[in-house]
Amino acid sequence: MITLTDLHKSFDGAPVLRGTSLHVPKGSSMVIIGGSGTGKSVLLKCILGLVTPDSGRISIDGQDATRGERDALLSRFGMLFQGAALFDSLPVWQNVAFRLLRGPLRRPRREAREIAIEKLRRVGLGPEVADRLPAELSGGMQKRVGLARAIAAEPEIIFFDEPTTGLDPIMAGVINELIREIVTEMGVTALTITHDMSSVRAIADRVAMLHAGKIRWEGPVEEMDATADPYVQQFIHGHAAGPIEALR
Amino acid sequence: MSLTRTLVAAPAAALGTLGRAVIRALGAAGRLTLFALAALSHIVRPPLYPREFGMALLHIGWLSLPVVGMTAIFTGGALALQIYSGGARFNAEAVVPQIVAIGMVRELGPVLVGLMIAARVTSSIAAEIATMKVTEQVDALVTLSTDPMKYLVAPRLLAALLTVPLLVAVGDVIGIAGGYAVATSSLGFNPVGYLANTLNFLEPLDMLSSLAKGCAFGGIAALMGCYYGMHSGRGAQGVGRATKSSVEAAAILILAANFLLTGVFFSA
Repeated sequence: MITLTDLHKSFDGAPVLRGTSLHVPKGSSMVIIGGSGTGKSVLLKCILGLVTPDSGRISIDGQDATRGERDALLSRFGMLFQGAALFDSLPVWQNVAFRLLRGPLRRPRREAREIAIEKLRRVGLGPEVADRLPAELSGGMQKRVGLARAIAAEPEIIFFDEPTTGLDPIMAGVINELIREIVTEMGVTALTITHDMSSVRAIADRVAMLHAGKIRWEGPVEEMDATADPYVQQFIHGHAAGPIEALR
Repeated sequence: MSLTRTLVAAPAAALGTLGRAVIRALGAAGRLTLFALAALSHIVRPPLYPREFGMALLHIGWLSLPVVGMTAIFTGGALALQIYSGGARFNAEAVVPQIVAIGMVRELGPVLVGLMIAARVTSSIAAEIATMKVTEQVDALVTLSTDPMKYLVAPRLLAALLTVPLLVAVGDVIGIAGGYAVATSSLGFNPVGYLANTLNFLEPLDMLSSLAKGCAFGGIAALMGCYYGMHSGRGAQGVGRATKSSVEAAAILILAANFLLTGVFFSA
């Protein structure tokens, strides 16, 4: 469904992506792992058109994602941001129903609110949260609201950017389970970037490791532990010694 | 030999530095111009987001009234005292109403309101949008099929273009009222005569120039806030720098635009 071919991207002469190629099959949950600064977020932003790659091709269902109607393309996506990225000035339900209150998917206000409350319920939040402002919620609740916003317009593809960063292990587990349930239930194609191995094991069908701007290893999650690739082994076991240089 | 080399190298290095600075400045001016054109084009193309436009009207227009009023009334009062004491040196104390009126309407009203808007509104817009950028809210808008130029920039720019001329008009009136209050209460002017002199002296061009300056200054203030907010660097430092730069740029451009517009309206 999503195919990246030989993507390159540099910032101020510093290369971040150096020929990244990856295929994410339709209906699968792909998790990209890799250390900080390896280009995982840049990769997601390239697919969404938030960052323009220097070269390479991004295709979705065989169509070049960099050409054609961008709004139509984006309407197929949902995204959960690392910090949830909720709009401070809007109450929770308007954040969730943002897409349903404006643009081509616009619905009557009452209907949009009902859908928002239903999506909040789906992520484990009650209707009493709907009229609160994002600043009044805990980090875990904000992530849930971000997740509800990502699924509100029934997208075909959902991106999760570091979904458990900043959460305690129990809340991280809850968010991981929610993501897995939603991805399975909606039958969406999911692409997650994380360096949290518990997320990888809970969410992934397939795993790809990004290192030095290239996909170092890619395969089913069941094969991840058995791979002989020293980079993957060092990363998943969190060893300080190994081929991946760690600053001390 | 080494002295000759130094004599040649030092001016060359200075020229190089100057050249790079000029290129950077021209690049920034070009980016700003393109941003301004894009922002103006979004004002006239649907959709316009009514809620955001309404909030911008409230914040830029209505909530700026107290600071504009306070600035204008004290400036008008001080202007009356200055003109009276300065005019006394050549027996021209009687021109206080006329000079307060012309000073407020042509210059001080628009410039002080413009600078107050730069301090209050530009900084607020830049900080708000920069924070949204740093916390990925601007990226989130894009992923929700909403153009940030249309959702964040166009409503604020349109609101500033419409409300700042009105604020300038209010500031002009309050400034003249400040001069009137001081002149009639402590400088011995006749209230009716003061008002008559003020009204008879002002011409339509004075008021037109005041409103035109207000419109230009409002546009500059909003554009600088939006531009620096949208191009903010990372983290708290990025937000702080964007806010500071936006106010500096807005203040300088407002004063420069004031000079140009004064030349356009009153050079003959």
